[in-house]
Amino acid sequence: MKTSFAAAVLAIAGKDLRAELRSREVLMAMALFALLSVLVFSFALELDRAARGEAISGVLWVTLIFASILGFNRSMANEQDAGNFDALRLAPISRSAIFVGKLVGNCCFTLCVGLALLPLMTVLYGLNLLDGWVLLTTLLGVGGFSTIGTLLATMTAQTRAREALLPIALLPVALPFLLTAVRATKGVLGGEPQSEWQVWLQLLAGIGLIYFVLCMLLFEFVAEE
Amino acid sequence: MSGERPIIEVEALSKAYGLLPALRDVSFCVGRGECVRLLGANGSGKSTLLRALAGLSKPSSGRIRVGGWEMPKEAAQLRAQIGLVAHQPLLYENLSARENLHFFGVLYAINRAERERRSAELLRSVDLHKRAESLVRTFSRGMKQRLSLARAMLHQPDLLLLDEPYSGLDQKAGELLDELLLAARSQGQTIIMSTHQLERGAQFAERALILSRGRISFDGPGSASEISAAFRRAGDAPGL
Repeated sequence: MKTSFAAAVLAIAGKDLRAELRSREVLMAMALFALLSVLVFSFALELDRAARGEAISGVLWVTLIFASILGFNRSMANEQDAGNFDALRLAPISRSAIFVGKLVGNCCFTLCVGLALLPLMTVLYGLNLLDGWVLLTTLLGVGGFSTIGTLLATMTAQTRAREALLPIALLPVALPFLLTAVRATKGVLGGEPQSEWQVWLQLLAGIGLIYFVLCMLLFEFVAEE
Repeated sequence: MSGERPIIEVEALSKAYGLLPALRDVSFCVGRGECVRLLGANGSGKSTLLRALAGLSKPSSGRIRVGGWEMPKEAAQLRAQIGLVAHQPLLYENLSARENLHFFGVLYAINRAERERRSAELLRSVDLHKRAESLVRTFSRGMKQRLSLARAMLHQPDLLLLDEPYSGLDQKAGELLDELLLAARSQGQTIIMSTHQLERGAQFAERALILSRGRISFDGPGSASEISAAFRRAGDAPGL
């Protein structure tokens, strides 16, 4: 008998969430960075309301991206440092299940930070980010970025300079996706007609799906020695 | 060895890390139910060989067949039949001992009731039943090693690969491990156990395989004095 794909994914993601609830080392680092980042931007843009309105989507995504990089690094380091990644590779489950399990965990951590940022930024920047479309954009953006982040963090976690290497490897690969996420958020918040920004949202979903399929296929090779 | 096909067949196996050779032209077979001690000094290639047998490391050249499957290409077919105790404990520090065993039980498709039963039984065997709910990060090195052994035996593998299983264990825990391995052997499990301590495991593993700087320098049963002499010679062997 073999563990089903879903059971393996749930077990790996559940294990990550349970361990994180106890240690809070990933979430605390991400949340502290995100808080400091939005505060600094808030002070920098305080005097100029127009600039604040224009820049808010950029602030949201820059903050989320760098906070999530901290999370990806920590999450994969936890697997590598104690040799647990070997234990996962030894288990009779598909490599894709390991990837999706880690991805679900990483997504949950980044989404927690993203969902905490939206009300905080609403208060600090005086713009309503608690909107269904902003939430959907954040969900799609976090999902796509976590997909690339999980794959590349698995690769860089095996190196000594992983903290420095991950952003260098991740940002150029994720750039088209990030630009689309920023543009979609800006469209929603800027009050543009729905027909204009919906294209960006569809593009975001499309690119996310392509990245997901590619990363899942590539993980088979990355998980080998 | 009996007439049936060996569980492990290694032919001309070599492995190098960059320019540094770790294993050189290693060939041997292990029969089903056999118990082999893999002896050698630090850096002789024992861990590299065990990782290759587990399918975690690709050989630079040569062939490994485990249970008839080519490793690591066909490793997926027999992962459920391998249990590994590695240098690192392969345990999650922020999960309890019981949670660790349950997590791996799910990955190895052991149903809930059986998982509960085997976890409780193994925790008792390795004398950790009183600390079942404690987080692994609060465990000593020896306790982690014992839990690691329980994790490796949880799915009742046909082949147990143990890399220095006695390291970090005190006298009592070492005796517990001896009992566990004797029981595993009586159930027909094949055991390959690496150690750099000559006296370890001698009571249940009659065959010794001595690695010296990546090459097999002795393979076979022998008296304690023969193995000891071969081990000393291996330790004195000139460098590559």
